Amino acid sequence: MKATLQKEGQPAAATVEYLAPEVDIYETNEGYLIEAEMPGVSKDGLEVTLEGTQITLLGHRRQETVPGQALFRESRPADFRRVFELDPAIDTAKIVARMDQGVLKMTLPKSEEVKPRRITVE
Amino acid sequence: MAGWAGFGRLTDLRHEIDRLFEAPLAELSRSSNLLSGWTPAMDIYEDKDSLVVRVELPGMKKEDIEVSLHDGSLSISGERKGAEHSSSAEIYRSERFFGRFQRTVTLPTLVKADKIKAQYTDGVLTVTLPKAEEVKPKHIDVQVS
Repeated sequence: MKATLQKEGQPAAATVEYLAPEVDIYETNEGYLIEAEMPGVSKDGLEVTLEGTQITLLGHRRQETVPGQALFRESRPADFRRVFELDPAIDTAKIVARMDQGVLKMTLPKSEEVKPRRITVE
Repeated sequence: MAGWAGFGRLTDLRHEIDRLFEAPLAELSRSSNLLSGWTPAMDIYEDKDSLVVRVELPGMKKEDIEVSLHDGSLSISGERKGAEHSSSAEIYRSERFFGRFQRTVTLPTLVKADKIKAQYTDGVLTVTLPKAEEVKPKHIDVQVS
């Protein structure tokens, strides 16, 4: 569930712990749909970066001040991070991401050239 | 055209094995859908005036969440419904849980049942329960005679 990342040139103590969000991924003729669970992450806390064919989802939790002391705690305060390798057929200029109650919903359309087409017989 | 393997299903097993080794057992049974369905993470905080219960419920509809208080027990339940996808959609990964959940907790103090507030923001439900007057700490002046 968790991934530990270490920045280059930093001592091991400086590792950042992330939670890997649970995802659903669907493919249709039109493209892909990725849904990732990131409770506590608002639109402003979301960072989606594209590097070559790699897409990185990063969700920073909203920092909330909670009154008093914790009696019981199951949630983990770590931010969310997960990386996916993209199908080269995806038109990366048309990727759309939105947050809906702590769920990232991202549509990744395929480029027109690779979509199935009906060929008219003359 | 052959399916593209980038989001492949074969990695599901590896993912579960990674979880087995990385998570403490108690957390595993809480978070793994294989063992127990869906048990959303719950936090409880207390200050001198109120209790605050916070539950991670990403992707719910407000009307599908139920909060009730009975005999000093707070119960939070509901159902997460899956989005409808066309039958031609191919599923590459299916890690999210859809269905019913219920969490019940016995509150450590009396609360004012009519003053409970519940707020759902960014997939997190926050229930604020003001403490009953009789359990709040009181300052008693010492009289000198």
